[in-house]
Amino acid sequence: MSETAGPNTADPNTAAATAEPPAAADDGSGSTRGATIQLDGLTKRYPGSPNPAVDNVTMEIKAGETVVLVGPSGCGKSTTLKMINRLIEPSSGRIRIGDEDVTDMDPVKLRRQIGYAIQSSGLFPHMTVAENIALVPKMVGWSKSKVKDRVEEMLDLVGLDPREFHDRYPRRLSGGQQQRVGVARALAADPPVLLMDEPFGAVDPITRDHLQDELIRLQHELHKTIVFVTHDFDEAIKLGDRIAVLRERSQIAQFDTPEAILTNPADDFVSGFVGAGAALKRLNLTRVREVEIAEFPTVTVEDPLQSIFNKLSSGPHNELLMLDRKNRPYKWLRRGDLSRAKGSLANAGQLVHDTVTRDATLHDALEAVLTDSGGRVAVTGRRGEYIGVVDMQTLMTSVQEMLEADRLTAFEHQHELAERHGVRGGQEPRSGAGA
Amino acid sequence: MDFWDYLANRHQQLLTDSFQHASAVFQCMVIATVLGVVIGVLTYRSPWGGNLAILSTASILTIPSLAAIGLLIPLVGLGVAPTVIVLTLYGLLPVVRNAVVGLRGVDPDLVDAARGIGMSRTARLLKVELPLAWPPILTGIRVSTQMLMGIAAIAAYASGPGLGNEIFRGIASLGSANAINQVLAGTIGIVVLALLFDAAYVLLGRLTIPRGIRV
Ligand SMILES: Nc1ncnc2c1ncn2[C@@H]1O[C@H](COP(=O)(O)OP(=O)(O)OP(=O)(O)O)[C@@H](O)[C@H]1O
Ligand SMILES: [Mg+2]
Repeated sequence: MSETAGPNTADPNTAAATAEPPAAADDGSGSTRGATIQLDGLTKRYPGSPNPAVDNVTMEIKAGETVVLVGPSGCGKSTTLKMINRLIEPSSGRIRIGDEDVTDMDPVKLRRQIGYAIQSSGLFPHMTVAENIALVPKMVGWSKSKVKDRVEEMLDLVGLDPREFHDRYPRRLSGGQQQRVGVARALAADPPVLLMDEPFGAVDPITRDHLQDELIRLQHELHKTIVFVTHDFDEAIKLGDRIAVLRERSQIAQFDTPEAILTNPADDFVSGFVGAGAALKRLNLTRVREVEIAEFPTVTVEDPLQSIFNKLSSGPHNELLMLDRKNRPYKWLRRGDLSRAKGSLANAGQLVHDTVTRDATLHDALEAVLTDSGGRVAVTGRRGEYIGVVDMQTLMTSVQEMLEADRLTAFEHQHELAERHGVRGGQEPRSGAGA
Repeated sequence: MDFWDYLANRHQQLLTDSFQHASAVFQCMVIATVLGVVIGVLTYRSPWGGNLAILSTASILTIPSLAAIGLLIPLVGLGVAPTVIVLTLYGLLPVVRNAVVGLRGVDPDLVDAARGIGMSRTARLLKVELPLAWPPILTGIRVSTQMLMGIAAIAAYASGPGLGNEIFRGIASLGSANAINQVLAGTIGIVVLALLFDAAYVLLGRLTIPRGIRV
């Protein structure tokens, strides 16, 4: 799934002029990993309003972690986020990125080391896609050829064909494509930290889902530190390594893993925000690969009819999965189907409608199982080839085990918290904000 | 003598006048544009500053141009000086107003994005705000130019250059054989110049408005 393995292997740390063999350049992958972010007593008072918009927020975000700030409208999410790159100057409190205190640093310099993506994509309409992406690398003084390679690399990375999109103007892109370019621009100068303010808030639900998947994939490759603002709790669950549920004045109601928040909301405010169906939402957090995928007796369309018949009538199973020539699930065959088939299987059995991959969420799997009359769904590999089957029973057992485990962890966690209240752990030192 | 004979006879003089007319308007427009954009850039971010700039340039326009020239003559004398001063001042308003409105009209999200990716104040202005505000500013320049075409004719009153001389001569000798021809030639000359300038602005717009925001 290496997206960067294109012909353009720009390594930000080597001079682009040296023509290295692709493999060598790819290996280092050269991208800057995330840095820790520490907010310490961060407060913002807007002139003319009696209460602070953000009141004394202290928060520690680990290197390479995706933290989602979620909360009702007007609770101060954007203000908190914008104080990290000092688009809004804090009234008091400190901000540290990596091992550098950036509270008093030149904000222009600081922002060039922090990616920033916003809801409206913020693309400059008078510049082409390539010009938009090239902005920050140019500002920090990359050479022309390096910038050019980087633009192609970024387009590849966000899944846009450079040949097609390089010279387009933003108004000729769909909303989803604009967001992709916005993310590409934010990441272009390879910042350790990426701030995203409701970046997918304005696109349709299907596109949003795609973009979220893409972001997960990107983050898997890049390991940036991402602070993501949303008011959609489902989005928070999907994207966050940890979620900070904020109430008014950006007060942290709970800051924990999605699992912990779902199974053990800290108070009524959080459970109100989690909404109904926490157990169902939990299904979105687990992938099919994490549950037991069962074997199922199979035959292929090339097997002689007699052997299929024998297998069904003599074996312990009263159902078979028939695979096509490429080993993909094709039909479910029952005993009764065969006796009615009268020599040909052309019309016998039930076509396989839905399959899931191992990366599908249990939510998707459950959906497929529920719509299947047999109460199970075939799991397939990347090329659609048969791997196994997941059925209702497996799903139920897994979910119950999962919830049980969550409850246990939550309990332990609370216990731990109670014991070492106020003790703060050190962070990995890797990579400061300096580039 | 009919109009065409008059034109044939006097085409040398008419061409010179037209050229000087166009040249005066063009040069004053350049000064007014630079000044107007600078005033716009300096004031648009302050709510009262921008409005004050628009208001004061607008109040200049309410002074009759003839009176303005008359008032300037004792100060700067006759000829080119009062012409240039009056044309530049009158040309300011549409440019200032459109610059302020155009710069204020830039999508705040884009300004936020420009700041967010680390553009300096100057870079933001030159690379984002001014290019995006350029179409309305250009419209302002166009409107100004049309207006100055007519006002420049008045400059002849202060012995300024241009087609106004033709018109004033005609008015001064009303009743004589060529009076109407003179007024007509001056007026038509100005209209033709205005149309030519307008065409040039359309071309300029094509060349300078970035493709991504062209309508
Ligand atoms: N420039 C400003 N001047 C004064 N008050 C402001 C300003 N910006 C935001 N606020 C106030 O600060 C509070 C927090 O605003 P903020 O934009 O951070 O909320 P948010 O959580 O991002 O909301 P949303 O989900 O609607 O984007 C709000 O009450 C808002 O009215
Ligand atoms: Mg917001």
